[in-house]
Amino acid sequence: MSKTTQAPKALRGVGNFIDDRFHLAKMGEKNLRKVFPNHWSFMLGEIALYSFIILLVTGVFLTLWFKPSMVEVIYDGSYERLQGVPMSEAYASTLYIDFEVRGGFLVRQIHHWAALIFLAALVVHMLRVFFTGAFRKPREINWLIGVGIFSIAIVEGLFGYSLPDDLPSGMGVRILQGVILSLPLVGTYVSMFLFGGEFPGEDIITRLYMLHILLLPALLLALIVAHFMILWHQKHTQYPGLGHTNKTVVGTPMFPAFAVKAGGFFFFTFAVTAGLSAFVQINPIHLFGPFTPTSITSGLQPDWYMGFLEGSLRIFPNTLDFDIFGYAVPVAVLIPGLGVMGLLFGALGAWPFIEQWITGDKRAHNVADRPRNVPVRTGLGVAGITAYGVLWLAGSNDILSETFSINLYLTTYIFRVLVILGPIIAFIVTKRICLGLQRRDRETLEHGYESGVIQQLPSGEFIEVHRESSDETVEILSSKPTITSTALDETVDDKGVESPESRKGMGKLRRRLALWYTRDNVSVADVEAHSGHHLHHSHSTEEQDKEPAH
Amino acid sequence: MTDKTNNDNNEPDETPERVVGTPAAEEHTVAEAEAERSHEGPYKASETHQRPEEQQRRGEKIASLWFILAFLGGIGFLVSYFVYGPEEIADPRISQFSNALLGGTLTLSLFGIGAGMTVWARNVMPHYEVSSPYDELPSDEKEKSSFSAFFMRSADESGFTRRPLMRRTLIAAMLPLGIAPIILLRDTGPLPGDKLKVTPWADGRRMIVEGTHREIRPEDLAQDPYGMISALPLMHEDDYGENVHYPHGISLNDQAKSVILLIKMPTGEDGQVEWGEGMTEERRNWTHEGIIAYSKICTHVGCPAALYERTTHRILCPCHQSTFDAANAAEVVFGPAHRPLPQLPIGVDSEGYLVSTGDFSEAPGPTFWDYAKD
Repeated sequence: MSKTTQAPKALRGVGNFIDDRFHLAKMGEKNLRKVFPNHWSFMLGEIALYSFIILLVTGVFLTLWFKPSMVEVIYDGSYERLQGVPMSEAYASTLYIDFEVRGGFLVRQIHHWAALIFLAALVVHMLRVFFTGAFRKPREINWLIGVGIFSIAIVEGLFGYSLPDDLPSGMGVRILQGVILSLPLVGTYVSMFLFGGEFPGEDIITRLYMLHILLLPALLLALIVAHFMILWHQKHTQYPGLGHTNKTVVGTPMFPAFAVKAGGFFFFTFAVTAGLSAFVQINPIHLFGPFTPTSITSGLQPDWYMGFLEGSLRIFPNTLDFDIFGYAVPVAVLIPGLGVMGLLFGALGAWPFIEQWITGDKRAHNVADRPRNVPVRTGLGVAGITAYGVLWLAGSNDILSETFSINLYLTTYIFRVLVILGPIIAFIVTKRICLGLQRRDRETLEHGYESGVIQQLPSGEFIEVHRESSDETVEILSSKPTITSTALDETVDDKGVESPESRKGMGKLRRRLALWYTRDNVSVADVEAHSGHHLHHSHSTEEQDKEPAH
Repeated sequence: MTDKTNNDNNEPDETPERVVGTPAAEEHTVAEAEAERSHEGPYKASETHQRPEEQQRRGEKIASLWFILAFLGGIGFLVSYFVYGPEEIADPRISQFSNALLGGTLTLSLFGIGAGMTVWARNVMPHYEVSSPYDELPSDEKEKSSFSAFFMRSADESGFTRRPLMRRTLIAAMLPLGIAPIILLRDTGPLPGDKLKVTPWADGRRMIVEGTHREIRPEDLAQDPYGMISALPLMHEDDYGENVHYPHGISLNDQAKSVILLIKMPTGEDGQVEWGEGMTEERRNWTHEGIIAYSKICTHVGCPAALYERTTHRILCPCHQSTFDAANAAEVVFGPAHRPLPQLPIGVDSEGYLVSTGDFSEAPGPTFWDYAKD
């Protein structure tokens, strides 16, 4: 193997050309040496990024033929089954992409699949960040940017879904308009201005098209760039391990290893998207037919990321609707249509600050939490997933009802109960599982791990031999932070006077939340690794007399 | 990415009792130690775990194999493009096949490159475990106070803080410009007015079966197997002006708010329809021989409530399952909708065709703030 130390002449030339103009040698080396910690969960955000790139590329291709026009035409294209049918130019041009542009069908499906994967990767990436506490100081702002990307991505997806003007997509726009109309006072005005008049009007596709291909992608791109610049500047979080500290990051350097791995992963992501588009048909608009405001089919389903809103709209009871001086406030549209989204994004955005307020933790964290070590946060996260999941399933209650032969109305009642009970149960169960795992971790740290070797002692007793865990495991287990809160610090000063803050309402609330947040956690602060008695079993038989059986 | 488990692949012999879920012992092969001694790479030898030469050689071969496969896939993609011409893909079956061919070869090509690069990174390149410091983020006190002093002094010097008249007039100057973009959006649409409350239905307007130009007589409903017809108003040439033509003779906007369900209610033994309590005398007068007309647009968020079950005389919206009782003034029996579907008063004209005798009883479509106001 020959060692290359001198760059080839051509490369040197280019390098010097750039350096003469930008003074990049030092900065270039620093950035190419940038370290990326290793863990499978760190590639979730990468999937989102790569899907976004795929979306940009395929989206540009589609604009070459798509006509964002609602002018009604009689179709005379090459797809025979719809010839002679009146439809919008948008729908007709989508059919053109599908049946008259070679590879058009494929690219349109890649675009759609990539959108679904983009949203899915965003969600799972966000969950990873949430459960590992990677949103904590100094990364709160990047978390907020992430919430922004997520919310814009949902709207972007909905608008894109609406463009082909096929039956389900037009119905999505109709529901959007219905939700807008429900806004007190301004609803009819917003609707008239957005649609350029009544529904469906002749402008909405053109306007959604502008938002979908120009404004929202520009916003997304800007936020994604900011997200990465901040990540680059602050460096990635890492999981606990040998040498992994809040001051030192351990991982793969950008050049050469990470660049090649990430590059390879981009191709994998693209390959999966292309493979799905080749063999799993999605959104076959030629089978749905053009949108008319008067027709519908049963079993309509939106894209997956809109499912939780659809479910909310389905199960929210109408009993809270009210009139005020003869003006209608349709709560059963307002809350599920807008409130649920507001609650989701509001809660996500506020959580880092709520947690910081409860714990009073102002330190910077570069080592991520293991989810089990923060049971309340993990429990809340799982409760959130459960609520989301129930609403999501409720969005397909008609299909569930038909598939499992359950009364349609009964499914609604079941979901109404589940959406309240499910998260509560999920929280309790998750918290208990976390605490159980914490206890097991403590035991492993104290006694080593169960080796699976059964040994018979001279006295006839059978025991399982415990062995010492590796240094890595010991490091991970013993680095478990003890959860505390400054709210629980002594609030009574040396003269026996309670501090005024802790007596006030907010102080009391904070103290109570802090108790709830820290209670029951297992501490490993007092544990010496491998100091437990189990280890000695294999060496000494005298001790066994003093110990209870296992 | 997943290099964490890299060292676990080849278990050395001295730890046979490893159980699933427990950590593997540290592994240091002789070859690795040798490689570290002769290390000249960019990162510290202790942080660079070289792969044995044999593994690298095998990795090179496998990676190259993937790249060759990717190359063939890419060639296949180019060829597939020309296999079926634009005329042939008009046939959905061929289109689907062409899609699978193009997509399959593209997938192969992309996957091959990805796999090759991964094999390269995992078998040819060393496994790096480089450590590097996280930057201390807050600046130190000296930097902070220097910056703060600089900033305040500069702001002061500029006069922005010391000259309030200038500052306030500047802010005042900005305000109208800030509002301007919102004002400019005013012409995106007309004001609502009574647009959402008024439809083409009026006294004497005939109705046509949706999607056709066929006018409707009461007998058509008696013969209809479902006892239900989805109908639209029959528009005349002068309704839209002379030069405006719509494929169905009616604009989509008017379709969206005026579409109705015509329902022929089943009669009891006495030949009378058993109306519910909500059917006042006035509402019964709006029916004709057991035929009743409701707006088809759901009052929840506007999907067409298109499903009608004759035996239970219920109208169901398939979007969110709001259910209305056709025999009882379309009162909501289930689901998220709050108000009944508006009823359309109907009768027959002198030629025996069904006509509307007025507009809807209420504003049709999704409920909005002032739907009940005139």
